[in-house]
Amino acid sequence: MEPSSAATAATAKGEPIIRVRDLDTGYEGNPILTNIHFDVMSGEVFGILGGSGSGKSTLMKNMIGLLPPIRGTVHFAADDVWSADDATRRRIVSRFGVMYQSGALFGSMTLLENVRLPLETATSLPEAAIDLIARMKLELVGLEAFTGHLPAELSGGMQKRAGIARAMALDPQILFLDEPSSGLDPITAASLDALIRRLAESLGVTFVIVTHDLASVFTALDRVILLQRKARGIIAEGDPRKLRDESDDPRVRAFFRREPEEATA
Amino acid sequence: MAALAISDTPDGERVLSLSGRLDAAALKELWDRATRAVAEAPRRPVIVDASAVDYCDGAGAALFVELLRHPRTPRVEIRNLRPPYDALVALFDPAVLEHDLDPEPPRPKVIEEIGIVAAGLWRDTKLQIAFVGETTAALLYAFTHPHLIRWRDVWRIAERAGADGLPIVALISFLLGMILAFQSAIPMKRFGAEIFVADLIGLAMLRELGPLMTAILLAGRSGAAFAAEIGTMRVNQEVDALTTMGLDPVRFLVTPRIIAALLMTPLLTLFSNVLGLLGGAVTMQTFGIPFFTFFREADSAVGLHDFLAGFVKSFVFAILVAGIGCLRGLQTQAGASAVGEAATRAVVSGIILLVVVDGLFALAYYLLDI
Repeated sequence: MEPSSAATAATAKGEPIIRVRDLDTGYEGNPILTNIHFDVMSGEVFGILGGSGSGKSTLMKNMIGLLPPIRGTVHFAADDVWSADDATRRRIVSRFGVMYQSGALFGSMTLLENVRLPLETATSLPEAAIDLIARMKLELVGLEAFTGHLPAELSGGMQKRAGIARAMALDPQILFLDEPSSGLDPITAASLDALIRRLAESLGVTFVIVTHDLASVFTALDRVILLQRKARGIIAEGDPRKLRDESDDPRVRAFFRREPEEATA
Repeated sequence: MAALAISDTPDGERVLSLSGRLDAAALKELWDRATRAVAEAPRRPVIVDASAVDYCDGAGAALFVELLRHPRTPRVEIRNLRPPYDALVALFDPAVLEHDLDPEPPRPKVIEEIGIVAAGLWRDTKLQIAFVGETTAALLYAFTHPHLIRWRDVWRIAERAGADGLPIVALISFLLGMILAFQSAIPMKRFGAEIFVADLIGLAMLRELGPLMTAILLAGRSGAAFAAEIGTMRVNQEVDALTTMGLDPVRFLVTPRIIAALLMTPLLTLFSNVLGLLGGAVTMQTFGIPFFTFFREADSAVGLHDFLAGFVKSFVFAILVAGIGCLRGLQTQAGASAVGEAATRAVVSGIILLVVVDGLFALAYYLLDI
């Protein structure tokens, strides 16, 4: 199956860009989450929340084509990610930008080379343009003074920011960030949230963010789903501020108010 | 698609009119033309009219930043860029992007590189001396307190480095014996002296090639594995964790590996000797020398002292290979490529040391008339 041209063109703001339907996920037939069903709208900053081990990262792997779901479908615009053959799937997912939990930078390359790599392989821009675009992405995340450093010479938070810069290199329509603020100091985390908002607003980039950092949840995210291990699924969906203030579900209130689960059980 | 029109007003201003979708695909065409248009109008006002730009992504913003970042008087002016794209361009500070703030350092000059390498060698030598001391102390401690040795680790490593390495050692030694026999039998046959091939193989394998080949194979297999394993532990801060738990990494990681190598290398050397002789005997069959004759001849030429001369070496080689593998592992710096580098260095310096020490043995045996 060829990726349709509709997906290449910008999806209109507010329309579903990712559709997850009847999805069971887990490892080796052992489901962690069942019957997952949600949409990510174009241009929104969407959060996948949940405690440790609730399956957030596994669900993200299903969405970015790294791990096949046990059952169900994931659509990116008009393309079915998992019914496509491997080559088509690679083409579909190459339109995503992904930042992995640890940054996943290539250790033998400088930061600039890391960010240049997707530009060099996917575009035929002049050298000077590739260089400037890569440096601009690094400036966006505040690393313009570290372009010549190797990842190993940087702190964990800096590596993470460089990972975001690399994920943004090709101006993807949708950016997946796996725990972007973990390991960052509160000030850097806040400026990262501001950066996410700014990119969403100025570029119309859709963000899917896996996180359990509550400070970021309330400042950066438009809409969230909340996963729970015990329920093996989504226990709440909507605006995180409303969920915090208005939800009747004790499990949801416990999560958003940082109360231990026993207290609400 | 995007387009660029260049015009000059009667007031001497140069106007670059951009239109359409400014993305990476469009930039391929526009980049050189736009930058040239600005460079060709030095000291004249340059205005970029972006009123007809329908879409601009990060790559498109790069074009605007490129035009803005070069210092010139008067500065390039961008007009009528629609929101939200104006905000996108405003995210970047052209002054910051004027130069690469962290360019890669220029390659050092030859004389500097010689200095760097020499200093590195000196540092490495000092570290090796310190490591030899630490390892000796740890081994002595282990032998006086055998109940403190992590025997489970020792057996696990012995199995991997020894038993699992037997097939390759056997194969190489057998082939080595065959090749040696072939190469020497052909010229010796001209003198009717092919029976003496047995003497040659017996002496060569037992005194020299058996221990050396086994140790070289061990350096490639186990030395590299030790370096990679300990190197990965270092990268993952497992070695740091040991230290903060009050455990000495040398005693915990190095001692079991050296003991395992000390147990296994001599055994592998024995196998290597036997299989080398067997390989020679098989070849000599084709020259009409029966097995029994071959081994009787080898037995008459090789004495116990020849066997021991080689066997003693295998213990020393074991310590060398395992020690250097562990040392390189412990010296691993951060990063994924560092582990590969540690493994490479373990094999390279392991083999160099083996050959050097083998040379020293040869000299010592000559002087001692062994």
